[in-house]
Amino acid sequence: MDQENMSKYDKLTTNAVGRIVPQVFNGKDAVPFLGVGKFKPTGRKHGPPIVSVADYPEDGNKIVPSLKDALIRAGIADGMTISTHHHFRNGDLVGNQIFDAAAELGIKNLTWMPSASFDCHSPMIKYLENGVIHHIEGSMNGALGRFTSEGKMAGLGVLRSHGGRYQAIQDGDVHIDIAVIAAPTADCFGNATGDRGPAACGLLGFALADSQYADKVIVVTDNLVPFPCVPWQIQGNYVDFVVLMDKVGIPEKIISGTTEITKSPDRLLLAEMTAQFCQETGIVHDGFSFQAGAGGTALSIGIYFAEMLRRQGMKARFARGGSNKYLVKMLEDGLVDYILDGQTFDLDGVRSMRENPNHLNTSPFTSYNYHGKGNFAQFVDVVILGATEVDVNFNANVVTHSDGYLLHGIGGWMNCLLSKCVILPIPLFRDRMPVIRDEVTTICGPGELIDVIVTERGIAINPLRTDLIDKMKGSSLPIKTIHQLKAEAEKICGKPQKPRLTDEVVAVIKWVDGTVIDSVFRIDK
Amino acid sequence: MEFLTDKLALVGNKGKGIRSDCHVTMELAESGGIQVELISKVESMYGDDIRKLIFGIIAYYGLQNVRVLVEDTGALSPVLAARMEAAIRLLTSSGKEYLIPMLTENGYETTRDRNRFSRLYLPGNTPSLMINAGIHKPGGIILDLEDAVAPAKKYEARFIVRNALRNMDFYGAERMVRINQVPAGLADLVFLVPHNVNLLLIPKCESAEQIRLVNEKISQLKAEYKVSSPIWLMPIIESALGVLKSLEIAQSENVVAMAIGLEDYTADLGTRRTQEGTESFFARSMVVNACKAAGIQAIDSVFSDIADMEALKETVIRSKALGFDGMGCIHPRQIRVIHEYYAPDAAEIEKAKKIVNAFIEATAKGLGVVSLGTKMIDPPVVKRAQKLIDLAVSMGKLSADWRNEFLEA
Repeated sequence: MDQENMSKYDKLTTNAVGRIVPQVFNGKDAVPFLGVGKFKPTGRKHGPPIVSVADYPEDGNKIVPSLKDALIRAGIADGMTISTHHHFRNGDLVGNQIFDAAAELGIKNLTWMPSASFDCHSPMIKYLENGVIHHIEGSMNGALGRFTSEGKMAGLGVLRSHGGRYQAIQDGDVHIDIAVIAAPTADCFGNATGDRGPAACGLLGFALADSQYADKVIVVTDNLVPFPCVPWQIQGNYVDFVVLMDKVGIPEKIISGTTEITKSPDRLLLAEMTAQFCQETGIVHDGFSFQAGAGGTALSIGIYFAEMLRRQGMKARFARGGSNKYLVKMLEDGLVDYILDGQTFDLDGVRSMRENPNHLNTSPFTSYNYHGKGNFAQFVDVVILGATEVDVNFNANVVTHSDGYLLHGIGGWMNCLLSKCVILPIPLFRDRMPVIRDEVTTICGPGELIDVIVTERGIAINPLRTDLIDKMKGSSLPIKTIHQLKAEAEKICGKPQKPRLTDEVVAVIKWVDGTVIDSVFRIDK
Repeated sequence: MEFLTDKLALVGNKGKGIRSDCHVTMELAESGGIQVELISKVESMYGDDIRKLIFGIIAYYGLQNVRVLVEDTGALSPVLAARMEAAIRLLTSSGKEYLIPMLTENGYETTRDRNRFSRLYLPGNTPSLMINAGIHKPGGIILDLEDAVAPAKKYEARFIVRNALRNMDFYGAERMVRINQVPAGLADLVFLVPHNVNLLLIPKCESAEQIRLVNEKISQLKAEYKVSSPIWLMPIIESALGVLKSLEIAQSENVVAMAIGLEDYTADLGTRRTQEGTESFFARSMVVNACKAAGIQAIDSVFSDIADMEALKETVIRSKALGFDGMGCIHPRQIRVIHEYYAPDAAEIEKAKKIVNAFIEATAKGLGVVSLGTKMIDPPVVKRAQKLIDLAVSMGKLSADWRNEFLEA
């Protein structure tokens, strides 16, 4: 595809949530968001080419000398799409090396499709500037987000949820030419696992679609074991080449991030109010299920849930992870029967995943894919999520800040909105920045799916959830309307100005079904 | 921005970990007009508002030639205004006040015998901690001008504390300020008395004379600023001399509670503070006895390990057993434990229910004497039992409908 000469985007239209979105970008057509559950896909799934065992080594040994060599053998060429996973989080040492090699080979206009990006990927900016990378489809965090927001990326950024990424690959919205799967442990055949090895990260679920649908698959490891590598979280039958290198990840940065419960009294109060809300509404009951994100507040809510269950002699049937030591303790204390884990956040999570048969390895296919025959996220009783902004119609933003800058990816956030009850515990303002706005800068979640906003100064229940409103009548918790909360914040902080944005689109946000729910606009510097 | 002289006013906080605050660098000049540079974390949301406030304050003081650099990490208007005012008054020696609006929510008074289980200490020059303090529902919030403020920051802290008293919602907590040690602390009062402070803590108190000086200054300021609401006092005993003088201090005018501060006290004794508290047993008992003799509340020292809730609980249980009515806290997480264990326990509530019930029945029968079983009950006992019942109901430890439940049982 001639990425260089096509226009960045075209055919702007207004979608079902009133946002202006392009219907053509990066040379492909897209459907504007039609409403939750309104877009009905047709056709058949995408598929990788049929291959023959006759063309692969008879002894099953697919080891090649280097990553660069593997990329050459995989036929790397201008305009291709290369995918990576983010199980190593900020400790990833492989992603940058792919594009170092591509640059050395003089390759241009690649599309990078990570399942998420981190600060450690900031060196990619030089490849975005010199044309090795044309654009990113995945997430643009921190410096990459800033770069995108300032309109410096050649193509249009595309942000997807974890489930949306599986959907896009499965449906052929994105065709992956080469998938590079960094693996903590692998064998020469390409079987790979994340639950052991120096760079152990628990599991490799984010790379599942890449292994299944890419034309060529390269497994990169620093811990080669004799066949068979078990468990084979990634099956060698999908793999073309195996590369052994010194070090694929920095362990202390893999197991990092917000994995400690918060010490902030304000956040603890939020967690406590959220847990009490779940108790009073009967959401916490024997056999219930929950998912809490990795933030300090969310972790604390898990601790309050554990206390409630213990006190009342109950247990949860399953918890969806991000797992961490607190969730593992619940499993080991018999307060939850199963952890259905999408990524492990600490060493206890990794150990439990390796040793406990009730700690299960899941993927965006099982948990999140919207173009499937159901997914796990739909029937979780309650999910606790964060947001950068919420508006008076309960629409929520998780990618841009109130100054308009793109700074975060979507993760599984959007997919979790389909669960039975979505609660966002968020401070009413951060420093001086109010969280509840007239209109969010970017819609990532339509208000109809967001049920409860918990702030330290009051709890707002979506008027659509009359059942929850009824249950909380007479509660000692401060139940208010979202307008009351907004007014309270503005009384303290003042009424904020709108961010200064241009009308130039720099990135699009894909809904879980592949339709475009919103655009990110260039900052007016 | 470049500054031309070394006569700079440097006010506020900046640097790593500083939030919801601002730092002002200011100098006066002979010429050049008004030059303002603003570097703000919230520029895109509040840049215009902040500039308007800065220029407004400069105009209020009639400055013609001034250079100002404001580095802002999301300070609320009362904080920005306090920093600007402090800088200008440092440079000009002006006594003129720039007063931001008084929140109507902050207009309440407190009563002499209000429950004072917990009081949360907040450093007087750290506005980020003040904004949400009230939502944790401490009995009182203390804005501390004394030990929690570095000597070089004492001046500017008074402006922050005054503006917090005026414009930050205390959500019903008793509005307290710890002034500096008397006599220096008397100069703090003009920043507090006109702004509806409910209670003043007098640190390192060693004589009734110090309390008299504070009362005298308060009376003078109340008359000058036409303040009618009461301003209560809570002296803090922090030395051997203070312990021995505790009765005369407790009996002083407007004193409603007296606290003990053990860090300084143990230093004064030349000993160390221990978990068991043997070294302070005498002092604590002395303070409790002085308080009870004077008919005021006895308040215990703070517990400094904010991570150890179990040890805090033990300390509160022992403290209550000694006769204390409450204690200080240095972290919002301590509030709940303190309330829980100073509050009436089940046995106390049971006993109070019987007494109050007996009183109600006796009154209904027109009896002048209340008795429970074979025991006569004096009116003060009934009164105390009724107060305990009210408290238990207000804390959710007892149903408001307790009497019907009691009669049915």
